[in-house]
Amino acid sequence: MSLKLKALLKSPWVFHLSTGSCNNCDIEILDCLTPRFDIERFGMLLTGSIKHADVLLVTGSCNRMSVERLKGLYEQVPKPCLIVAIGTCTGSRGLFIDSYNCPVPLDKIIPVDVYIPGCPPKPEAMIAGIVKLIQKVGGS
Amino acid sequence: MGKTIIPIGPYHPLLEEPELFTLTVDGETVVDIDMRMGYNHRGIEKLSEGLVFDNSTFVVERICGICSTSHPWAFTRAVEDIFPMEVSMRAKYIRTIIAEGERIHSHLLWLGLAGHFLGYNTVYMWAWKLREEILDVMEILSGNRNSYAMFKPGGVRRDIKAEDIPICLKKIDSIVPTLIMIKKAVLDDPVLHARLKGVGVLSYQDAIDFSALGPTSRASGVARDVRKDSPYGAYQEMDWNMIVTQNGDVLDKAVVRILEMIEAINIMKYCLENLPDGEIDACIKDVPPGEGIGHIEAPRGETFHYVKSDGTNRPVRHKVRAPTFMNLPTYKATVIGQTISDATIILAAIDPCYCCTERVAVKNDGGKMLYNGQDLVRLSQEKTERMRRRMGVK
Repeated sequence: MSLKLKALLKSPWVFHLSTGSCNNCDIEILDCLTPRFDIERFGMLLTGSIKHADVLLVTGSCNRMSVERLKGLYEQVPKPCLIVAIGTCTGSRGLFIDSYNCPVPLDKIIPVDVYIPGCPPKPEAMIAGIVKLIQKVGGS
Repeated sequence: MGKTIIPIGPYHPLLEEPELFTLTVDGETVVDIDMRMGYNHRGIEKLSEGLVFDNSTFVVERICGICSTSHPWAFTRAVEDIFPMEVSMRAKYIRTIIAEGERIHSHLLWLGLAGHFLGYNTVYMWAWKLREEILDVMEILSGNRNSYAMFKPGGVRRDIKAEDIPICLKKIDSIVPTLIMIKKAVLDDPVLHARLKGVGVLSYQDAIDFSALGPTSRASGVARDVRKDSPYGAYQEMDWNMIVTQNGDVLDKAVVRILEMIEAINIMKYCLENLPDGEIDACIKDVPPGEGIGHIEAPRGETFHYVKSDGTNRPVRHKVRAPTFMNLPTYKATVIGQTISDATIILAAIDPCYCCTERVAVKNDGGKMLYNGQDLVRLSQEKTERMRRRMGVK
Protein backbone atom coordinates (compact mmCIF):
# COMPACT_ATOMS: atom_id res chain seq x y z
CA MET A 1 0.00 0.00 0.00
CA SER A 2 1.33 3.39 -0.94
CA LEU A 3 2.21 5.89 1.75
CA LYS A 4 -0.39 8.30 0.40
CA LEU A 5 -3.18 5.76 0.75
CA LYS A 6 -2.03 4.73 4.22
CA ALA A 7 -2.06 8.34 5.38
CA LEU A 8 -5.50 8.83 3.85
CA LEU A 9 -7.06 5.97 5.79
CA LYS A 10 -5.84 7.22 9.15
CA SER A 11 -8.30 10.08 9.33
CA PRO A 12 -10.49 10.29 6.23
CA TRP A 13 -12.07 13.70 5.71
CA VAL A 14 -15.35 13.45 3.87
CA PHE A 15 -17.00 15.80 1.41
CA HIS A 16 -20.70 15.52 0.83
CA LEU A 17 -21.99 15.83 -2.70
CA SER A 18 -25.68 15.75 -3.51
CA THR A 19 -26.50 15.08 -7.15
CA GLY A 20 -30.25 15.57 -6.99
CA SER A 21 -31.19 13.54 -3.96
CA CYS A 22 -34.31 13.83 -1.81
CA ASN A 23 -32.44 15.14 1.25
CA ASN A 24 -32.93 11.91 3.14
CA CYS A 25 -29.43 10.49 2.71
CA ASP A 26 -28.00 13.98 3.27
CA ILE A 27 -29.61 14.41 6.66
CA GLU A 28 -28.60 10.88 7.62
CA ILE A 29 -24.98 11.79 6.77
CA LEU A 30 -25.29 14.79 9.08
CA ASP A 31 -26.82 12.46 11.68
CA CYS A 32 -23.59 10.44 11.61
CA LEU A 33 -21.73 13.53 12.82
CA THR A 34 -24.05 14.33 15.72
CA PRO A 35 -23.75 13.00 19.28
CA ARG A 36 -25.50 9.64 19.01
CA PHE A 37 -23.33 8.24 16.22
CA ASP A 38 -20.45 10.73 16.32
CA ILE A 39 -18.07 9.49 13.63
CA GLU A 40 -15.73 12.34 14.46
CA ARG A 41 -14.25 10.16 17.19
CA PHE A 42 -12.81 7.99 14.39
CA GLY A 43 -11.17 11.02 12.81
CA MET A 44 -13.82 11.45 10.12
CA LEU A 45 -14.69 15.07 9.59
CA LEU A 46 -17.10 16.74 7.19
CA THR A 47 -15.06 19.26 5.25
CA GLY A 48 -16.38 22.28 3.44
CA SER A 49 -13.82 22.34 0.65
CA ILE A 50 -13.36 19.64 -1.93
CA LYS A 51 -9.64 20.38 -1.96
CA HIS A 52 -9.37 18.97 1.57
CA ALA A 53 -11.43 15.84 0.94
CA ASP A 54 -10.21 12.24 1.05
CA VAL A 55 -13.58 10.57 0.65
CA LEU A 56 -16.50 11.73 -1.50
CA LEU A 57 -19.94 10.82 -0.20
CA VAL A 58 -22.20 10.98 -3.24
CA THR A 59 -25.98 10.88 -2.87
CA GLY A 60 -28.79 11.25 -5.38
CA SER A 61 -29.74 10.07 -8.81
CA CYS A 62 -27.33 12.18 -10.95
CA ASN A 63 -29.62 14.46 -12.88
CA ARG A 64 -28.62 16.29 -16.03
CA MET A 65 -27.59 19.53 -14.38
CA SER A 66 -25.50 17.99 -11.65
CA VAL A 67 -23.62 15.50 -13.86
CA GLU A 68 -21.44 18.28 -15.31
CA ARG A 69 -20.72 19.68 -11.83
CA LEU A 70 -20.00 16.17 -10.54
CA LYS A 71 -17.36 15.64 -13.23
CA GLY A 72 -15.84 19.03 -12.49
CA LEU A 73 -15.70 18.37 -8.77
CA TYR A 74 -14.21 14.91 -9.27
CA GLU A 75 -11.34 16.50 -11.19
CA GLN A 76 -10.64 18.81 -8.26
CA VAL A 77 -10.34 16.14 -5.54
CA PRO A 78 -6.74 15.36 -4.60
CA LYS A 79 -5.98 11.82 -5.74
CA PRO A 80 -6.01 9.12 -4.44
CA CYS A 81 -9.56 9.58 -3.24
CA LEU A 82 -12.32 7.14 -2.37
CA ILE A 83 -15.89 7.40 -3.63
CA VAL A 84 -18.78 6.18 -1.50
CA ALA A 85 -22.18 5.91 -3.19
CA ILE A 86 -24.87 6.40 -0.55
CA GLY A 87 -28.45 5.33 -1.10
CA THR A 88 -30.30 3.27 -3.65
CA CYS A 89 -30.43 6.22 -6.08
CA THR A 90 -26.67 6.22 -6.60
CA GLY A 91 -26.51 2.45 -6.89
CA SER A 92 -29.35 1.65 -9.26
CA ARG A 93 -31.23 4.97 -9.55
CA GLY A 94 -34.07 3.23 -7.71
CA LEU A 95 -37.40 4.89 -8.39
CA PHE A 96 -35.86 7.39 -10.76
CA ILE A 97 -34.66 4.87 -13.35
CA ASP A 98 -37.52 5.88 -15.65
CA SER A 99 -37.08 9.60 -15.11
CA TYR A 100 -36.23 11.74 -18.14
CA ASN A 101 -33.80 13.79 -16.10
CA CYS A 102 -31.66 11.00 -14.62
CA PRO A 103 -29.99 9.49 -17.69
CA VAL A 104 -26.84 7.80 -16.36
CA PRO A 105 -26.07 5.90 -13.16
CA LEU A 106 -23.26 7.23 -10.99
CA ASP A 107 -20.76 4.44 -11.68
CA LYS A 108 -20.83 5.26 -15.40
CA ILE A 109 -19.63 8.79 -14.57
CA ILE A 110 -16.99 8.31 -11.88
CA PRO A 111 -15.46 5.13 -10.38
CA VAL A 112 -17.19 4.03 -7.17
CA ASP A 113 -15.44 2.16 -4.34
CA VAL A 114 -18.32 1.19 -2.11
CA TYR A 115 -22.12 1.19 -2.38
CA ILE A 116 -24.33 1.63 0.66
CA PRO A 117 -27.89 0.66 -0.32
CA GLY A 118 -31.03 1.75 1.49
CA CYS A 119 -33.64 4.45 1.17
CA PRO A 120 -32.22 6.06 3.20
CA PRO A 121 -29.44 3.87 4.66
CA LYS A 122 -29.34 4.11 8.43
CA PRO A 123 -26.35 5.85 10.00
CA GLU A 124 -25.22 2.45 11.32
CA ALA A 125 -25.17 1.13 7.74
CA MET A 126 -23.13 4.11 6.58
CA ILE A 127 -20.58 3.61 9.36
CA ALA A 128 -20.39 -0.12 8.56
CA GLY A 129 -19.87 0.74 4.88
CA ILE A 130 -17.01 3.11 5.61
CA VAL A 131 -15.40 0.52 7.91
CA LYS A 132 -15.62 -2.08 5.13
CA LEU A 133 -14.09 0.40 2.71
CA ILE A 134 -11.17 1.06 5.03
CA GLN A 135 -10.65 -2.68 5.51
CA LYS A 136 -10.81 -3.30 1.77
CA VAL A 137 -8.35 -0.57 0.87
CA GLY A 138 -6.09 -1.17 3.88
CA GLY A 139 -6.04 -4.91 3.24
CA SER A 140 -6.64 -5.84 6.87
CA MET B 1 -16.78 51.50 -5.14
CA GLY B 2 -17.73 48.87 -7.68
CA LYS B 3 -20.14 46.05 -7.07
CA THR B 4 -18.88 42.53 -6.42
CA ILE B 5 -20.67 39.30 -7.22
CA ILE B 6 -20.42 36.47 -4.70
CA PRO B 7 -21.69 33.06 -5.80
CA ILE B 8 -23.00 30.70 -3.10
CA GLY B 9 -23.23 27.20 -4.48
CA PRO B 10 -24.15 25.04 -6.25
CA TYR B 11 -21.97 22.87 -4.01
CA HIS B 12 -21.36 24.87 -0.88
CA PRO B 13 -20.93 23.78 2.75
CA LEU B 14 -23.84 26.04 3.70
CA LEU B 15 -26.27 24.16 1.49
CA GLU B 16 -27.15 20.55 1.98
CA GLU B 17 -28.60 20.50 -1.48
CA PRO B 18 -27.18 21.93 -4.69
CA GLU B 19 -28.52 25.39 -5.45
CA LEU B 20 -26.92 28.55 -6.80
CA PHE B 21 -27.40 31.95 -5.21
CA THR B 22 -25.62 34.96 -6.65
CA LEU B 23 -25.25 37.84 -4.23
CA THR B 24 -24.36 41.24 -5.65
CA VAL B 25 -22.67 43.18 -2.88
CA ASP B 26 -21.55 46.75 -2.50
CA GLY B 27 -18.89 46.59 0.18
CA GLU B 28 -20.55 44.59 2.95
CA THR B 29 -24.13 45.27 1.92
CA VAL B 30 -26.16 42.97 -0.29
CA VAL B 31 -27.77 45.00 -3.08
CA ASP B 32 -29.21 42.28 -5.29
CA ILE B 33 -29.63 38.53 -5.42
CA ASP B 34 -30.35 35.97 -8.07
CA MET B 35 -31.29 32.31 -7.68
CA ARG B 36 -30.68 29.47 -10.07
CA MET B 37 -32.48 26.21 -9.52
CA GLY B 38 -32.80 22.89 -11.25
CA TYR B 39 -29.95 20.92 -9.70
CA ASN B 40 -32.46 18.69 -7.98
CA HIS B 41 -35.05 18.21 -10.67
CA ARG B 42 -35.93 14.54 -11.10
CA GLY B 43 -39.22 14.61 -12.99
CA ILE B 44 -41.38 13.46 -10.08
CA GLU B 45 -44.68 14.62 -11.58
CA LYS B 46 -44.05 12.71 -14.80
CA LEU B 47 -42.94 9.60 -12.89
CA SER B 48 -46.10 9.77 -10.80
CA GLU B 49 -48.24 9.84 -13.92
CA GLY B 50 -46.71 6.51 -14.96
CA LEU B 51 -47.56 4.75 -11.70
CA VAL B 52 -50.79 3.43 -10.19
CA PHE B 53 -52.37 5.50 -7.40
CA ASP B 54 -51.09 3.21 -4.67
CA ASN B 55 -47.50 3.43 -5.87
CA SER B 56 -47.52 7.18 -6.48
CA THR B 57 -47.44 7.72 -2.72
CA PHE B 58 -43.94 6.23 -2.67
CA VAL B 59 -42.75 8.58 -5.40
CA VAL B 60 -44.19 11.69 -3.75
CA GLU B 61 -42.57 10.57 -0.51
CA ARG B 62 -39.23 10.86 -2.27
CA ILE B 63 -39.85 14.45 -3.31
CA CYS B 64 -38.24 15.39 -0.04
CA GLY B 65 -36.82 13.34 2.79
CA ILE B 66 -37.76 15.82 5.51
CA CYS B 67 -41.33 16.36 4.25
CA SER B 68 -41.89 12.66 3.67
CA THR B 69 -45.26 12.81 5.40
CA SER B 70 -46.58 16.06 3.99
CA HIS B 71 -46.42 15.14 0.33
CA PRO B 72 -48.05 11.69 0.63
CA TRP B 73 -50.76 13.13 2.85
CA ALA B 74 -51.50 15.96 0.43
CA PHE B 75 -51.52 13.45 -2.43
CA THR B 76 -53.86 11.02 -0.67
CA ARG B 77 -56.16 13.91 0.24
CA ALA B 78 -56.20 14.91 -3.43
CA VAL B 79 -57.14 11.37 -4.48
CA GLU B 80 -59.78 11.16 -1.74
CA ASP B 81 -61.17 14.49 -2.98
CA ILE B 82 -61.93 13.08 -6.45
CA PHE B 83 -64.94 11.11 -5.20
CA PRO B 84 -66.92 11.22 -1.96
CA MET B 85 -65.40 8.89 0.58
CA GLU B 86 -64.78 8.81 4.30
CA VAL B 87 -61.48 7.96 5.96
CA SER B 88 -61.90 6.23 9.31
CA MET B 89 -61.20 8.18 12.49
CA ARG B 90 -58.40 5.82 13.52
CA ALA B 91 -56.61 6.37 10.22
CA LYS B 92 -56.97 10.15 10.67
CA TYR B 93 -55.46 9.96 14.16
CA ILE B 94 -52.54 7.83 12.94
CA ARG B 95 -51.91 10.27 10.10
CA THR B 96 -51.93 13.18 12.56
CA ILE B 97 -49.46 11.41 14.86
CA ILE B 98 -47.01 10.80 12.02
CA ALA B 99 -47.38 14.35 10.67
CA GLU B 100 -46.77 15.96 14.06
CA GLY B 101 -43.76 13.70 14.67
CA GLU B 102 -42.39 14.93 11.38
CA ARG B 103 -43.03 18.53 12.37
CA ILE B 104 -41.05 18.07 15.59
CA HIS B 105 -38.08 16.45 13.86
CA SER B 106 -38.11 18.96 11.00
CA HIS B 107 -38.15 21.95 13.35
CA LEU B 108 -35.40 20.43 15.50
CA LEU B 109 -33.37 19.85 12.34
CA TRP B 110 -33.92 23.49 11.39
CA LEU B 111 -33.00 24.73 14.86
CA GLY B 112 -29.77 22.74 14.77
CA LEU B 113 -28.80 23.95 11.31
CA ALA B 114 -29.64 27.55 12.21
CA GLY B 115 -27.33 27.26 15.21
CA HIS B 116 -24.67 25.79 12.94
CA PHE B 117 -24.94 28.68 10.49
CA LEU B 118 -24.54 31.15 13.34
CA GLY B 119 -21.40 29.37 14.49
CA TYR B 120 -23.27 28.21 17.61
CA ASN B 121 -22.52 24.51 17.24
CA THR B 122 -23.72 23.66 20.76
CA VAL B 123 -27.30 24.26 19.64
CA TYR B 124 -26.65 22.13 16.55
CA MET B 125 -25.46 19.16 18.59
CA TRP B 126 -28.16 19.48 21.26
CA ALA B 127 -30.99 19.81 18.80
CA TRP B 128 -29.83 16.87 16.71
CA LYS B 129 -29.28 14.70 19.77
CA LEU B 130 -32.85 15.44 20.82
CA ARG B 131 -34.04 14.73 17.31
CA GLU B 132 -32.77 11.15 17.58
CA GLU B 133 -35.34 10.46 20.31
CA ILE B 134 -38.21 11.53 18.09
CA LEU B 135 -36.75 9.49 15.20
CA ASP B 136 -36.80 6.49 17.56
CA VAL B 137 -40.50 7.07 18.15
CA MET B 138 -41.08 7.24 14.40
CA GLU B 139 -39.08 4.05 13.93
CA ILE B 140 -41.25 2.26 16.50
CA LEU B 141 -44.44 3.52 14.85
CA SER B 142 -43.56 3.11 11.18
CA GLY B 143 -40.43 0.97 10.91
CA ASN B 144 -38.19 3.60 9.34
CA ARG B 145 -36.43 6.71 10.55
CA ASN B 146 -37.29 9.04 7.69
CA SER B 147 -39.45 7.72 4.87
CA TYR B 148 -42.42 6.31 6.71
CA ALA B 149 -44.53 4.81 3.89
CA MET B 150 -47.59 5.05 6.16
CA PHE B 151 -49.97 6.65 3.70
CA LYS B 152 -52.22 5.20 1.04
CA PRO B 153 -55.36 6.59 -0.57
CA GLY B 154 -58.19 5.64 1.76
CA GLY B 155 -56.25 5.15 4.97
CA VAL B 156 -52.89 4.13 6.34
CA ARG B 157 -50.71 1.14 5.62
CA ARG B 158 -49.77 0.14 9.15
CA ASP B 159 -51.64 0.10 12.41
CA ILE B 160 -50.19 1.32 15.69
CA LYS B 161 -49.92 -1.55 18.17
CA ALA B 162 -51.41 -0.95 21.61
CA GLU B 163 -48.23 -2.14 23.33
CA ASP B 164 -46.10 0.44 21.48
CA ILE B 165 -48.10 3.43 22.73
CA PRO B 166 -46.73 3.55 26.33
CA ILE B 167 -43.14 3.27 25.02
CA CYS B 168 -43.74 6.14 22.60
CA LEU B 169 -45.41 8.30 25.24
CA LYS B 170 -42.49 7.73 27.60
CA LYS B 171 -39.99 8.71 24.93
CA ILE B 172 -41.98 11.81 23.97
CA ASP B 173 -42.23 12.84 27.63
CA SER B 174 -38.49 12.39 28.01
CA ILE B 175 -37.71 15.05 25.39
CA VAL B 176 -39.95 17.73 26.91
CA PRO B 177 -37.54 18.91 29.67
CA THR B 178 -34.65 19.19 27.21
CA LEU B 179 -36.86 21.01 24.73
CA ILE B 180 -37.90 23.52 27.38
CA MET B 181 -34.26 23.95 28.33
CA ILE B 182 -33.36 24.64 24.68
CA LYS B 183 -36.30 27.03 24.44
CA LYS B 184 -34.99 29.00 27.42
CA ALA B 185 -31.40 28.79 26.19
CA VAL B 186 -32.35 30.18 22.78
CA LEU B 187 -34.96 32.73 23.80
CA ASP B 188 -33.13 34.20 26.79
CA ASP B 189 -29.66 34.18 25.27
CA PRO B 190 -28.42 37.79 24.96
CA VAL B 191 -25.94 36.75 22.25
CA LEU B 192 -28.66 35.27 20.04
CA HIS B 193 -30.88 38.30 20.67
CA ALA B 194 -28.07 40.61 19.60
CA ARG B 195 -27.40 38.47 16.54
CA LEU B 196 -30.94 37.81 15.33
CA LYS B 197 -33.23 40.59 16.50
CA GLY B 198 -34.15 42.95 13.69
CA VAL B 199 -32.24 40.88 11.12
CA GLY B 200 -33.97 39.97 7.86
CA VAL B 201 -37.35 41.48 8.68
CA LEU B 202 -40.23 40.30 6.50
CA SER B 203 -42.98 42.89 6.92
CA TYR B 204 -46.66 41.96 7.18
CA GLN B 205 -47.35 43.48 3.76
CA ASP B 206 -44.44 41.62 2.14
CA ALA B 207 -45.62 38.34 3.65
CA ILE B 208 -49.04 38.95 2.08
CA ASP B 209 -47.59 40.10 -1.26
CA PHE B 210 -45.22 37.16 -1.63
CA SER B 211 -47.89 34.74 -0.32
CA ALA B 212 -45.49 33.46 2.32
CA LEU B 213 -46.60 30.27 4.03
CA GLY B 214 -46.09 28.42 7.27
CA PRO B 215 -43.79 29.69 10.02
CA THR B 216 -42.35 32.30 7.64
CA SER B 217 -45.73 34.04 7.40
CA ARG B 218 -46.79 33.38 10.99
CA ALA B 219 -43.65 35.12 12.25
CA SER B 220 -44.76 38.24 10.34
CA GLY B 221 -48.19 38.31 11.96
CA VAL B 222 -50.11 36.58 9.15
CA ALA B 223 -52.25 34.00 10.92
CA ARG B 224 -52.28 31.40 8.19
CA ASP B 225 -52.39 27.70 9.02
CA VAL B 226 -54.23 25.04 7.03
CA ARG B 227 -54.75 23.04 10.21
CA LYS B 228 -56.96 25.86 11.57
CA ASP B 229 -58.28 27.40 8.35
CA SER B 230 -59.48 24.20 6.70
CA PRO B 231 -59.24 21.44 9.32
CA TYR B 232 -58.30 17.96 8.24
CA GLY B 233 -57.07 14.83 9.98
CA ALA B 234 -57.72 14.93 13.71
CA TYR B 235 -56.79 18.58 14.26
CA GLN B 236 -60.30 19.76 15.13
CA GLU B 237 -60.57 17.11 17.84
CA MET B 238 -58.32 18.84 20.35
CA ASP B 239 -57.39 22.34 21.48
CA TRP B 240 -54.12 23.74 20.30
CA ASN B 241 -52.76 27.19 19.62
CA MET B 242 -51.60 28.67 16.38
CA ILE B 243 -48.32 30.45 17.16
CA VAL B 244 -48.24 33.92 15.63
CA THR B 245 -45.61 36.58 16.32
CA GLN B 246 -45.43 40.10 14.95
CA ASN B 247 -41.85 41.17 14.22
CA GLY B 248 -40.98 39.02 11.19
CA ASP B 249 -37.25 38.88 11.97
CA VAL B 250 -35.11 35.76 12.22
CA LEU B 251 -35.55 35.53 15.99
CA ASP B 252 -39.33 35.46 15.63
CA LYS B 253 -39.12 32.71 13.04
CA ALA B 254 -37.09 30.70 15.54
CA VAL B 255 -39.61 31.46 18.30
CA VAL B 256 -42.52 30.32 16.13
CA ARG B 257 -40.81 27.04 15.34
CA ILE B 258 -39.75 26.31 18.92
CA LEU B 259 -43.22 27.00 20.32
CA GLU B 260 -44.80 24.97 17.51
CA MET B 261 -42.72 21.99 18.56
CA ILE B 262 -44.25 22.13 22.03
CA GLU B 263 -47.75 22.35 20.51
CA ALA B 264 -46.90 19.41 18.24
CA ILE B 265 -45.83 17.32 21.23
CA ASN B 266 -49.18 18.03 22.91
CA ILE B 267 -51.12 17.11 19.75
CA MET B 268 -49.11 13.92 19.32
CA LYS B 269 -49.63 12.91 22.95
CA TYR B 270 -53.36 13.61 22.78
CA CYS B 271 -53.69 11.48 19.64
CA LEU B 272 -51.69 8.59 21.09
CA GLU B 273 -53.70 8.64 24.33
CA ASN B 274 -57.10 8.92 22.64
CA LEU B 275 -56.55 6.67 19.62
CA PRO B 276 -60.03 5.45 18.59
CA ASP B 277 -60.75 1.89 17.49
CA GLY B 278 -61.77 0.98 13.99
CA GLU B 279 -60.57 0.11 10.53
CA ILE B 280 -57.45 1.79 9.22
CA ASP B 281 -58.09 1.39 5.49
CA ALA B 282 -61.16 2.09 3.37
CA CYS B 283 -59.85 -0.24 0.60
CA ILE B 284 -60.36 1.91 -2.49
CA LYS B 285 -60.86 -0.28 -5.54
CA ASP B 286 -61.43 2.19 -8.37
CA VAL B 287 -60.85 5.89 -8.74
CA PRO B 288 -63.55 7.43 -10.94
CA PRO B 289 -62.80 10.24 -13.44
CA GLY B 290 -62.48 13.65 -11.89
CA GLU B 291 -60.19 16.20 -10.32
CA GLY B 292 -59.10 16.56 -6.74
CA ILE B 293 -57.01 18.90 -4.66
CA GLY B 294 -55.32 18.22 -1.37
CA HIS B 295 -53.55 20.67 0.86
CA ILE B 296 -52.03 20.20 4.27
CA GLU B 297 -49.80 22.17 6.60
CA ALA B 298 -46.28 20.82 6.23
CA PRO B 299 -43.55 21.94 8.68
CA ARG B 300 -42.61 24.65 6.15
CA GLY B 301 -46.08 25.73 5.11
CA GLU B 302 -48.92 24.66 2.90
CA THR B 303 -48.21 21.74 0.58
CA PHE B 304 -50.61 21.56 -2.32
CA HIS B 305 -51.29 18.63 -4.68
CA TYR B 306 -53.62 18.46 -7.67
CA VAL B 307 -54.59 15.12 -9.20
CA LYS B 308 -56.66 14.50 -12.30
CA SER B 309 -58.02 11.03 -12.98
CA ASP B 310 -59.62 9.68 -16.15
CA GLY B 311 -61.04 6.55 -14.57
CA THR B 312 -57.98 4.35 -15.15
CA ASN B 313 -55.67 3.28 -12.34
CA ARG B 314 -53.14 6.06 -12.98
CA PRO B 315 -53.33 9.83 -12.56
CA VAL B 316 -53.32 11.68 -15.90
CA ARG B 317 -52.02 14.83 -14.29
CA HIS B 318 -50.33 15.30 -10.96
CA LYS B 319 -49.19 18.76 -9.90
CA VAL B 320 -47.17 19.51 -6.79
CA ARG B 321 -46.60 22.87 -5.17
CA ALA B 322 -44.28 22.87 -2.19
CA PRO B 323 -44.16 25.63 0.46
CA THR B 324 -40.58 26.67 -0.34
CA PHE B 325 -41.75 27.68 -3.82
CA MET B 326 -43.66 30.52 -2.19
CA ASN B 327 -41.23 31.21 0.65
CA LEU B 328 -37.99 31.40 -1.34
CA PRO B 329 -38.88 34.67 -3.17
CA THR B 330 -39.29 36.37 0.22
CA TYR B 331 -35.51 36.05 0.50
CA LYS B 332 -35.27 38.90 -1.97
CA ALA B 333 -37.43 41.09 0.25
CA THR B 334 -35.52 40.26 3.43
CA VAL B 335 -31.87 40.11 2.41
CA ILE B 336 -31.42 43.31 0.43
CA GLY B 337 -29.77 45.94 2.57
CA GLN B 338 -28.38 43.41 5.04
CA THR B 339 -24.71 42.42 5.37
CA ILE B 340 -23.13 39.33 3.79
CA SER B 341 -22.59 37.75 7.20
CA ASP B 342 -26.35 37.82 7.82
CA ALA B 343 -27.26 36.58 4.35
CA THR B 344 -26.77 32.93 5.35
CA ILE B 345 -29.00 32.98 8.41
CA ILE B 346 -31.69 34.99 6.61
CA LEU B 347 -31.73 32.32 3.91
CA ALA B 348 -31.81 29.56 6.52
CA ALA B 349 -34.64 31.30 8.39
CA ILE B 350 -37.23 30.41 5.75
CA ASP B 351 -36.19 26.74 6.16
CA PRO B 352 -35.64 26.30 2.43
CA CYS B 353 -36.13 22.84 0.97
CA TYR B 354 -34.98 22.88 -2.62
CA CYS B 355 -35.79 19.32 -3.61
CA CYS B 356 -39.44 20.06 -2.74
CA THR B 357 -39.37 23.09 -4.99
CA GLU B 358 -37.73 21.55 -8.04
CA ARG B 359 -40.59 21.02 -10.38
CA VAL B 360 -40.10 21.48 -14.10
CA ALA B 361 -37.33 23.98 -14.73
CA VAL B 362 -38.15 26.27 -17.60
CA LYS B 363 -36.02 29.34 -17.50
CA ASN B 364 -37.43 32.30 -19.36
CA ASP B 365 -34.26 34.04 -20.47
CA GLY B 366 -35.30 37.08 -22.48
CA GLY B 367 -38.06 35.26 -24.30
CA LYS B 368 -35.97 32.16 -25.02
CA MET B 369 -36.95 29.01 -23.15
CA LEU B 370 -34.17 26.78 -21.89
CA TYR B 371 -36.12 23.73 -22.99
CA ASN B 372 -37.92 24.28 -26.26
CA GLY B 373 -40.18 21.88 -28.09
CA GLN B 374 -37.28 20.19 -29.90
CA ASP B 375 -35.52 19.51 -26.63
CA LEU B 376 -38.61 17.85 -25.21
CA VAL B 377 -38.93 15.67 -28.32
CA ARG B 378 -35.26 14.74 -28.01
CA LEU B 379 -35.70 13.86 -24.31
CA SER B 380 -38.67 11.71 -25.16
CA GLN B 381 -36.81 9.91 -27.96
CA GLU B 382 -33.82 9.27 -25.75
CA LYS B 383 -36.03 7.80 -23.09
CA THR B 384 -37.78 5.51 -25.56
CA GLU B 385 -34.37 4.37 -26.81
CA ARG B 386 -33.22 3.65 -23.29
CA MET B 387 -36.34 1.67 -22.43
CA ARG B 388 -35.95 -0.33 -25.64
CA ARG B 389 -32.37 -1.18 -24.74
CA ARG B 390 -33.35 -2.19 -21.25
CA MET B 391 -36.10 -4.49 -22.44
CA GLY B 392 -33.98 -5.90 -25.26
CA VAL B 393 -36.29 -4.67 -28.03
CA LYS B 394 -34.70 -3.59 -31.31
